[in-house]
Order: sequence, then structure tokens, then C-alpha cells
Amino acid sequence: MNAKITRDNRDILLHDMSLRDGMHAKKEQIEVAQMVAIAKALDSANVPLIQVTHGAGLGGNSLQYGFAVASNEEYIEAVAQEMSQALISVLLIPGIGTIAELESAYRAGARSVHVATHCTEADTSPAHIGRARELGMDTTGFLMMAHLNDPAGLARQGRLMESYGAQTVYVTDSAGFLMPDDVTARIKSLREALRPVTEIGFHAHHNLGMGVANSIAAVRAGATRIDASLGGMGAGAGNCPIEIFAAACERLSIRTGADLFALMDAAEDIVSPLLDEPIRVDRAALTLGYAGVYSTFLHKSKLVAEKHGLAVRDLLVELGRRRMIGGQEDMIEDTAIDMKRAAP
Amino acid sequence: MRKVRCAIIGSGNISTDLLYKLKRSAVLDPVWMVGIDPESEGLKRAAGMGLKITSSGIASLVPHIQEDRIQIVFDATSAKAHVENWGLVQGEGVRMVDLTPAAIGKLYVPSINLSEINDSGERNFNMISCGGQATTPIVHAISQVHDIRYAEVVASMSSQSVGPGSRANLDEVLNTTSNALIKVSGAQSAKVLVVVNPAEPPMLMRNTVSCVIDSEIDEAAINDAITRRVEQVRQYVPGYRVANGPCFEENKIIVYLEVKGEGDFLPPYAGNLDIMTAAARRTGEIIAEGILQ
Repeated sequence: MNAKITRDNRDILLHDMSLRDGMHAKKEQIEVAQMVAIAKALDSANVPLIQVTHGAGLGGNSLQYGFAVASNEEYIEAVAQEMSQALISVLLIPGIGTIAELESAYRAGARSVHVATHCTEADTSPAHIGRARELGMDTTGFLMMAHLNDPAGLARQGRLMESYGAQTVYVTDSAGFLMPDDVTARIKSLREALRPVTEIGFHAHHNLGMGVANSIAAVRAGATRIDASLGGMGAGAGNCPIEIFAAACERLSIRTGADLFALMDAAEDIVSPLLDEPIRVDRAALTLGYAGVYSTFLHKSKLVAEKHGLAVRDLLVELGRRRMIGGQEDMIEDTAIDMKRAAP
Repeated sequence: MRKVRCAIIGSGNISTDLLYKLKRSAVLDPVWMVGIDPESEGLKRAAGMGLKITSSGIASLVPHIQEDRIQIVFDATSAKAHVENWGLVQGEGVRMVDLTPAAIGKLYVPSINLSEINDSGERNFNMISCGGQATTPIVHAISQVHDIRYAEVVASMSSQSVGPGSRANLDEVLNTTSNALIKVSGAQSAKVLVVVNPAEPPMLMRNTVSCVIDSEIDEAAINDAITRRVEQVRQYVPGYRVANGPCFEENKIIVYLEVKGEGDFLPPYAGNLDIMTAAARRTGEIIAEGILQ
């Protein structure tokens, strides 16, 4: 496995999310062999970064976020040894995953990490970002639910992450709430605030159908890293579909270095047959984007709403009103019980 | 009534909130507050309430411990400072209530280890963590009915109530709290998750406790055990309540807890800080009652 990401023929770096955010779409039930098959297709399509973790990242295996069929280390090790050029990355949310788990993932073969915090809580990440850098990992600060902070506020949080050692700072639209102009404003604000050597990234959710448009807007505003996934496989209505984005980039003469047809084939022939239901903007996913709710709440909200005889849309709107953020899946049922009590 | 004299090390938010609580105690008399910043609001308030204060740190308290008959010391500094502080005062015969994550003493939860304090030879009592004080009583109550294979806690706190020490050290909070769920509450294994939520107005502290049980769940016994335990905790944390549940789901028991603070120095949403100072006061009172008997 290469230790360095090459920039030859690449204006931007594609970071695949199929095997991390995509885990949510499969309710964490992707087999190791399926992961390896998908990762090999991405590797041979020349995608430089592939994230491989439980949907909630390191430490994600729990009653709260569900148990995957294998440990993070098993997934990472199995995938990493098959890669010819791609680097394997992981997600680490302080408060869920720990430095000990990061070190274990590194030993299993991970060489890049998204250290993620809510968009106003960057100061929960200095130890984790610092340790990732000490390990020599390609280190990203990942500001989630970015619609809940304004461009100036996001820039201040990004500067904090940069000061801890983050080499890239992401605007992460976890709720799929942002419009292209919102993305442009946030990326530009970060671009002005951060050192020129620090990269900017963007992570989309497609809940309002803006995944590709927002990612293009991000690149236009100065982002050089884009998260995307095969067929959009991800939480809610999914991420930016990597094959569509790669095609759009070709039309716009933005070089991704990826093999477009190979990505199209992987999305159609490997990922589609594996999905339990198509990734699409259904009523509940649309509500996530509309109400500004963390995309990962989708499946649990559907289950809880059904159990308590509520409309999932009402439940999601209420969760948005209560300003619940990433990680608070336990509050879905708590909120549903409150709603039933208020209007039995 | 005679009171036991005590000192508070630290003059930050926690120490100041604790000061208000100790002032209301029938058996504790705070006489000293130790800080390191002469401008600190906590020291000013302490002086205004008639306490002796110093801004030159723990070393300037030590000579006064015997002279002012201090028998209990509360430490609300940091884990690192606590190790040093305990080293300096333990030879003076005091009992220590440690609100830092140092955990060099006995992990102590008033509603669980109530009677152990004066029987054991322990002199240093650690308050674990806010999530620990909020959730170990419930997991312990459940473990008195059924063996718990796995306990999981999600602690959500308002951003406004989580200080720089905890922010820089979330791993420590996770580890200390899950360790307490095993050692103090009796779960066979445990996991803790922490979420810091910046909503305005700030959310109250919330804790969701889930326990996985291998045997058939005796719902009536669990309901009863939780109700009784919540009443015990409410004796020293009046804003502690079950917001929802217990819910029974196959082999799982889920309890949704809420902690509202008393609003002494810290605002009511900071239930996570209030439960620490309230537990520390209660622990101090149990020690004092033993001394006074």
C-alpha cells in the first residue's frame, strides 16, 4: 500500500464513503467479503481514499448505533491488504471513539482519518487530531451539521482544528440541508481563514437532491476534497453519488483521476444488487433535509414511528425542532414517547 | 448543632457551586477556599461569605489544616493537580472528596455505597464523573434484580456546561464512567457515549441507560427497584428524574433520565455539574455524620 496520495492528474481528491456512510444504508450489515469486493473496484477505478468503518465510526458498535457484522479492525485489515493504490481511512467522533481505537485502526492498516465533531464543538478534538498526526495519518477535521453554524463561525471552528494539526477541514452537510449558495459561502469563508496549505473538503447528503450540485459548488469555491459514494450509498437519501459526480467533473474539466466507466459499473453491478432498498429521496429522507435532521436518524426514526403509531415526518420535524444532533439516536424514542404523551 | 469544618481546593465554577451547597448543609462548615488566581470570582464570593481564602495554592492551606481543625477537603481542580494535592494533605489526617477524574481513591456514589464510607478505612473518595453519578445508581439498582451482561450509557450535555477540562479529555470521561458501571454498578461489561449539544436554550442533561439481560426480565421488580433508587438519588439531587421508561424490549431495559440542576452558582441546565457537587456534598455529609457521632 502506498503511504502517500498522489496528485498526478487530479485537481481534487475523491474520498469514497460507500463502506462507512454506506454502512448506514445497510444498517451496518455489510459482510467483509462484500466490503473487499467494493473496495477493490474503487481501488482499480483509481479512487485515492476509501473510508472503511462502522457508520458511526470507531467505537460505533453499540446498542445506540447498531452492531456491525465484523469489527472495525476486521474490515480495515481485510480491505487494506487488497489495495494497490488507495489509502484506507476511518471516521472518529470524539465522545464515541477513542484514541486507543484509532491506534488499533492504524495497526489494522488505516492511514487517513476524519476526526469529526459537531460544527460548534471543534475543541473536543485536539487530542484525537494530535494523535492522528503523530501516527503520520492524513488527518481531516470534519465539522458536522454545518448548517447549524454560519460561515464566520465555521471558519473559527476550522481554524481551531487547523491549530490542532488538521491538514484538511471539511464542511459536512450531515442533514443535507444546505443549498449551493450556502455551501459556497461556507467553503469561501474557510478558504479565507485557513492557511493556503490546509485543504478544504465537502461532504454532501442528497436529502434535497443537491448532492452533486453542492459538491460542484464546493469545488468552485475552493474545495479540493469531495466525499462521495457508489450509487450515493449513505445515510438518509445518501451521499453525493460518486459516478454522477465524476461524470459532471469530466464535463466541467475538473480532473478527478478516476475511471468514470469503472465507477458506473461498480455502482450498477456490485452496489445496486446489494441494497435492501434503493437509495432515494423518499418522504422521510426529504424531511431530514427539510427539517435539518442528522441523516443517520432515518432508519431508527422509521422503526420508532411505526412502533408508537406516529407519522415519521412528524417525529423528524420534532427532532429538528429540538435541535438534536449527530449521535443522539437515543432521543428518537424519548421524543416519540413525549409526543404520544402530549397527544395520545 | 456542631459542624465539621472543611476546605475547598479550586475556585472555578464547580468549586463555587459546591460552596453554595456546603453553606446550606446542617453538618458541614466550609471555612477555606484555595485558588491560584487572585481575581477569581469564586474566591471573591467565598471571602464575601466569610471564608478564609488564599490564591497561592494548596501549599498555603496545609499549615492551617490543624489550626483551623479542617477534617474534610473537597478537591475540584484537575486530575493531575489532585495527585499532588492529596500527597500534601493526606498526612494531616483529613478525609478527601475528589471531584476530579483522578480516581486514585475509592469510586463513590452516595446512593450505592452509602454505608461503606465510615466502615472502610478509605480516606479518599472519588466522584467518578457526571455521567457516572447520573447512571451508576440506575444500573446498580437493575443489577440487584438481574445480572447485567452489558450496560450502555449515552450522556448528552449542553455545550454551555462542558468545560475545557472535559472537552480536552473525552476519552477519559468515557473510560472512567464505563469502568464505574462495571466496578460500582456490577455490570459485566459496559460502554459509554458522550454527546455535547449546543442547542439554545441549552438542553438539560440527559442520560439514556440500556441494560442487556440474559434471563427473563421481571418488569415489576425492575420498575420497583428503579423507583426506589430514583427517590434515594433525589434526596441529594432534587432535579433527578426518569423522563421516560423504563422501556422493556426483548432482553433490554432502557431508562431515559433527566438531571436538572438546583441553580446555585451554575444554571439549572448544567445538571451534569450540579450532580457532581450534590454528590460531593452528600458524601461529605455522610463522612461528617460519622465524625459527629
